[in-house]
Amino acid sequence: MRYIEQEKVVRRMNGRMIVNRIFQGLFMFATALALLALVILLYRIVSQGAGHLSLDFLINFASRFPAEAGIKAALVGSIWLMAVVAPTSMILGVGSAVYLEEYAKKGRITSFIQMNIANLAGVPSVVFGLLGLTIFVRTLALGNSVLAAGFTMSLLILPVIIVAAQEAIRSVPGELRDASYAMGATRWQTIVRIILPAAIAGILTGSILALSRAIGETAPLIVIGIPVIIQFLPAGVMDTFTALPMQIYDWSSRPQAEFQTVAAAGIIVLMVVLLFMNSVAVFIRNKFDKSY
Amino acid sequence: MNTATIKTKINVAKSIPTEQAVKESVYSTRQLNLWYGNNHALKNIDLEIEENEVTAIIGPSGCGKSTYLKTLNRMVELVPSVKTSGEIHYRGRNIFDANYGVEELRTRVGMVFQKPNPFPKSIYDNIAYGPRIHGIKNRKILDEIVEKSLRGAAIWDEVKDRLNENAYGISGGQQQRICIARTLAIEPDVILMDEPTSALDPISTLKIEELVQELKEQYSIIIVTHNMQQAARISDKTAFFLNGEVIEYDRTDTIFSNPADKRTEDYISGRFG
Ligand SMILES: Nc1ncnc2c1ncn2[C@@H]1O[C@H](COP(=O)(O)OP(=O)(O)O)[C@@H](O)[C@H]1O
Ligand SMILES: [Mg+2]
Repeated sequence: MRYIEQEKVVRRMNGRMIVNRIFQGLFMFATALALLALVILLYRIVSQGAGHLSLDFLINFASRFPAEAGIKAALVGSIWLMAVVAPTSMILGVGSAVYLEEYAKKGRITSFIQMNIANLAGVPSVVFGLLGLTIFVRTLALGNSVLAAGFTMSLLILPVIIVAAQEAIRSVPGELRDASYAMGATRWQTIVRIILPAAIAGILTGSILALSRAIGETAPLIVIGIPVIIQFLPAGVMDTFTALPMQIYDWSSRPQAEFQTVAAAGIIVLMVVLLFMNSVAVFIRNKFDKSY
Repeated sequence: MNTATIKTKINVAKSIPTEQAVKESVYSTRQLNLWYGNNHALKNIDLEIEENEVTAIIGPSGCGKSTYLKTLNRMVELVPSVKTSGEIHYRGRNIFDANYGVEELRTRVGMVFQKPNPFPKSIYDNIAYGPRIHGIKNRKILDEIVEKSLRGAAIWDEVKDRLNENAYGISGGQQQRICIARTLAIEPDVILMDEPTSALDPISTLKIEELVQELKEQYSIIIVTHNMQQAARISDKTAFFLNGEVIEYDRTDTIFSNPADKRTEDYISGRFG
């Protein structure tokens, strides 16, 4: 006897198709709504700020007069910040991930650490700012320097990088490790020659996305006392600086309407930087991604 | 079956007046036991494996064939819950000795896995991997090793013009021969093979079987196989494993024509497994 009766199937087919289409529509609507919000935002920012964008805007320092206000100090400051954050967070993050995945014995302590890393990723950035203020600015007496801010931001994105790197390392098939060990390779040789090269795409993609979060963060910088208006560029990591989101925040909180235009231009610059970083991530993913 | 009987069998095999008598023992396993946690996977194994022979390990799945093979190069210890007792002497030295480094053992004992597992690198870099980790940097020497190993694995002609292409771009059968070549490149003494043809088509399987026949001139080969015809075709000795024990170990023709144990006979005639 057959359990599935052809007639009943046919009779119910219409209903199934309708439900199918309703949900397809709902999901499309949700996507469209998100896209619409994004388009409106972009349109507002670009239409408002494009007029103020010019080479002068990029090479001028901040000013009391909206027409002369430029973003040089903040742009260069953000680049300095990244120069500290990128190596610090990636070395620590990839190192921790390699330790957790390849060396640590799977046990209670490891899973406890693991759980806490995941939780750290959800801690508000202000809290990291307070941590940085206590440890780097005060205890280690780094002041409100590029270094102090860079270390603080590194801590902030460290959990994200660790988790991304762990996932990338875990997705390297075990057979490759086996093949390497079976030829007499040490653990270190296996990590450097097999595992990291196979995981590099995932590690870099995750890291760049984390870095682009760091470049847009304001709260920790405010907490550790990074100034907004600076008329010089940092000459080294011990100098103070300002960063793009700080500058934008400052402009947008000023009473004069003209500064809103300046802020919008600043946002465009920040968005271009972010887009650039994300496309580097996409490029790396496409270029190095291997299918096993 | 107890150990005394196995020993007698080996003695019987040795007393056959052939070239057998001059062959040396590469591996001698004594009272080996292995546990995965509480799972007693290998029980009182005693086996003598001889030089320049193909030794086949057969038995139903889950009987401990792979586990035994991985114990011979201590790869099994990558599983954290593993505990062992007993001794395995490789060329006279107990591989479980504290001062016997696994890396050293594994440069003498190569392994080919069930599923072809080339590295996501060029064919050249796959073969050169072993020599490189053992410190060879000279490009000319590496070139020579790569060619020699690929010839040894009977795949040189097929890949010589594409050494710089990714090893993932060739067929599964070719990949498996690349893996064999990669193992030859460390100039091993013993080659362990864990069902090397089970993921391959019949033609590739045949090629690898022929290759095994050639390789035994220079290497001692221990091959796990699920396929009894394959064991009969290519091996000199066969060990029949069941539930973690060696039931019978003898010359392959004896095992297949005149097994001593009823369980061996049942397995070989396809009554279980
Ligand atoms: N990594 C492992 N962890 C725990 N138990 C295992 C592991 N590998 C194999 N075993 C167990 O050991 C026994 C023998 O397995 P295996 O050696 O793979 O058998 P075979 O290769 O003969 O099919 C089985 O009971 C299996 O469940
Ligand atoms: Mg197996």
